[in-house]
Amino acid sequence: MKLFFIFLSAILVNNFVLSKFLGICPFLGVSKKISSASGMSMAVIFVMVISSVITWFLNLLLVKLGLEFLTTIVFILVIATLVQFIEFYIKKVSPNLYEALGIYLPLITTNCAILGLALINVMNNYTLIETIIYSLGAGLGFGMALIIFSAIRERMDYYDVPEPFKGTAIALITAGLLSMAFMGFSGLIKI
Amino acid sequence: MANIKNLKAGLFQQNPTFIQVLGMCPTLATTTNAENALGMGLATLAVLILSNIVVSLIKKWVPKNIRIPIYIVVIASFVTMVDLLMHGYTYDLWKTLGLFIPLIVVNCIILGRAESFASKNSVLDSIYDALGMGLGFTGSLILLGSVRELLGNGTIFGLPIWGDAMKLYVMILPPGAFLVLGMLLAMFNSIGIHNRNKAKAGEKK
Repeated sequence: MKLFFIFLSAILVNNFVLSKFLGICPFLGVSKKISSASGMSMAVIFVMVISSVITWFLNLLLVKLGLEFLTTIVFILVIATLVQFIEFYIKKVSPNLYEALGIYLPLITTNCAILGLALINVMNNYTLIETIIYSLGAGLGFGMALIIFSAIRERMDYYDVPEPFKGTAIALITAGLLSMAFMGFSGLIKI
Repeated sequence: MANIKNLKAGLFQQNPTFIQVLGMCPTLATTTNAENALGMGLATLAVLILSNIVVSLIKKWVPKNIRIPIYIVVIASFVTMVDLLMHGYTYDLWKTLGLFIPLIVVNCIILGRAESFASKNSVLDSIYDALGMGLGFTGSLILLGSVRELLGNGTIFGLPIWGDAMKLYVMILPPGAFLVLGMLLAMFNSIGIHNRNKAKAGEKK
């Protein structure tokens, strides 16, 4: 039951983008089209689960050696390498997807959601199974927010937005309203 | 003169938050009040200056292909230092900012300046550039934090402005961050548009 709560809370209540503010750069950057948003979400879910499993084992090692203060450096290097691998893989398997994601794939490295997730897992002392479930939930939550947001932005192209609000400003305000909607879930689960 | 220009570019024309729209995660997450915003801004400023100095010093020896991982290691080392120092000296602030101190590593502003400025310019220029960008970032954070604190709690830096007369609690919650930043961005855009129109009108005369 606890696993289910962790999963649900990661998707809805503590949504990574809308209530924890992790991964805002891709959220604002890749959300102009639903197709690229869904590609990005897939990439993020994939990287999140793999990287958090790897960092979980790494953390065991670091704790054993008494080197906890190196956590940040080790995690970011592992994540950067991993993203590089995934980039090569997608480039080979699906050039179309690679083209759509453009510069944002290497930017997953500097996506704070990935490193943030690894650090949250360590802070909360999750077991391996809890880590996997939480990462999956966080990734899905990120993907859901991104896809909903991109759908809204696609519609918004048809409306006459006042000149100063064009671009990022109206996107942020939309995100604010979306975040307000997600606040409605906050009473759902207490963890 | 060039130094002052670098400094001013970061503060105004290329302000990292309002013009370049970089480093949004800490900007939105840590600006629940002006004090946290100041803390986050200064921590980022410190890391930015130190990493710019080191990147600029080692630029001759860094092989082009693996420069990004090297920059990340440099930045991560300084972030770890700042993290430990803040844990030691400003424990309360460290606790409030929490996750977002180690996450300075992935702040695009820092890697961006290392890549686009410090790796090509002298140490002194890089320091000025870091100062400008860092202060621009800090200033934007304080502005955002003050507006949110004022609207949400009626205070700025804990000083009561209008007390309990008006409190929009939502401004301190996550949606408020998006809304206030969106509004401020629109405000700066409209100032920019106004100035451009004025310049155009001036040309016609």
